[in-house]
Amino acid sequence: MRRTVVTASVGLSAAALVLAGCGSSGGSGTASSSSGSSTTSGVTGTVTVFAAASLKSSFTVIGKAFEAANPGVKVTFNFGPSSGLATSIAQGNPADVFASASPTNMDSVVKASDASDPTTFAKNAMQIAVPPSNPGAITGIADLAKPGVKVARCADAVPCGKLAMTIFTKAKITVNPVDRAVDVNGVVKDVTTGEVDAGLVYVTDVLAQGAKVKGIVIPADVNASTSYPIAVLSKAPNAAGAKAFKAFVLSDTGVAALTDAGFEKP
Amino acid sequence: MVRVVRVERSTGSIDRTRERGTMPWPLGIPAAVAVFFLLVPLVAMLVRAPWSGLTRILANSTVLDALRLSLLSASAATVASFVLGVPLAWMLARARWRGLSVLRALVTLPLVLPPVVGGVALLLAFGRNGVVGKAIYDWTGFALPFTTWGVVVAETFVAMPFLVVTVEGAFRAADQGFEEAAATLGASRMTIFRRVTLPLIGPSLVAGSVLCWARALGEFGATITFAGNNPDTQTMPIAVYLANESDTDAAIALSLVLLLVSVVVLVALRDRWLRQGPAL
Repeated sequence: MRRTVVTASVGLSAAALVLAGCGSSGGSGTASSSSGSSTTSGVTGTVTVFAAASLKSSFTVIGKAFEAANPGVKVTFNFGPSSGLATSIAQGNPADVFASASPTNMDSVVKASDASDPTTFAKNAMQIAVPPSNPGAITGIADLAKPGVKVARCADAVPCGKLAMTIFTKAKITVNPVDRAVDVNGVVKDVTTGEVDAGLVYVTDVLAQGAKVKGIVIPADVNASTSYPIAVLSKAPNAAGAKAFKAFVLSDTGVAALTDAGFEKP
Repeated sequence: MVRVVRVERSTGSIDRTRERGTMPWPLGIPAAVAVFFLLVPLVAMLVRAPWSGLTRILANSTVLDALRLSLLSASAATVASFVLGVPLAWMLARARWRGLSVLRALVTLPLVLPPVVGGVALLLAFGRNGVVGKAIYDWTGFALPFTTWGVVVAETFVAMPFLVVTVEGAFRAADQGFEEAAATLGASRMTIFRRVTLPLIGPSLVAGSVLCWARALGEFGATITFAGNNPDTQTMPIAVYLANESDTDAAIALSLVLLLVSVVVLVALRDRWLRQGPAL
């Protein structure tokens, strides 16, 4: 028994060091491939796309359409917070295309010469999402400042957090959020589980959630939106595929999928 | 009893001395690989650390708040795990009930559950719309999520199994002869548990608690999911994650602080409580 103790305690310091470094990584999804189209193009292989979390539903649709138009090509997505994706690209994570939810994060990637020539392809405004039963009786942006109302928004460093702060400033209200989530999906989760009375999310998130949340429109004069730039990365392992994917997002098919999801044209 | 234990101790050190001399050399290679694998990421962090900007980054008061909250909540989670987990470990080790092995698998499930999933499960149970949480909320108006209590609950959920597994093993391995002797001398069951069984497994209680504390200190996924991120719930791992979103240097600096504190506490504890002779 005493030997067991020795082993355990030696293992402990190592365990603690490793545990202290725990983190989480963004989710990724892969669109399924389909065939049957006779379109010919020079594009082959796998196209790896790093895209903002808010693009998940529309880009999944675009990815499938792209695969249908280019038989044999596979699109792999990594959806996450734009700032985290930008950091990941800076650290050398291989990807072909970067679609950011904010020009700021794209700028940092361009400045580091990891991408060039970004194109704005969509705009996304904010909306207040509340649980279907609307427990906080929220009717407008001013209600978020009421005492006792639980509000979630994104963290300061994330684009959706910056937009939320801009809206609060424009509406001249002070809000103490109970949660500053690491990305917009965290805010959506707070609302869908009913843990908060209101969350500030993108219009696209409200549409994507369907009946699980209720959207309350923020008037245009206090609302804020973010532009979505897309760029081919300089170190793209599949440069041809990356160019084709970017063009596909800007095509009529791409624009239609984005509009369906609630995005506005740039 | 004291005399008997001392005899066992001296036997133990003889065993260890003999074994140390006869370690099979092929074990040295994987052991060296293990050391390399575990230490290189830490060394890399030290190499890349923003030493010149360290004081500027750490002067930020939110860092100290996050550190204080981390230490407090990890300690509270350890106390809760100890008070609830030691009796559970005893039950799992000693009770003779049908279905106990299923129960053992279930209560140690958080060991394999991704922490984020654990956080979602906690929300479904103790959130203000949760299976249990709704009744509490309707009755008192209090909800655990987004509070410091929520942090402690999330950390306890993830860390307690580490203590339970460690202590259960010790309960199994402990010589029950001492307990039987105490029983023949007229000690009650509770007295035997307190005065004989617990002291017998003392080192494992400390080891289990330290493991539990370390796990709670590094907890991220369940905490961010269940307790969110606000000044009352931002622990060091969450501060590190958010800092990494915008400023990698700040993230490394915060990680160094967390590492330093962990190492200091673990080394201090080991010197104080786990010193067992020349092997340590």
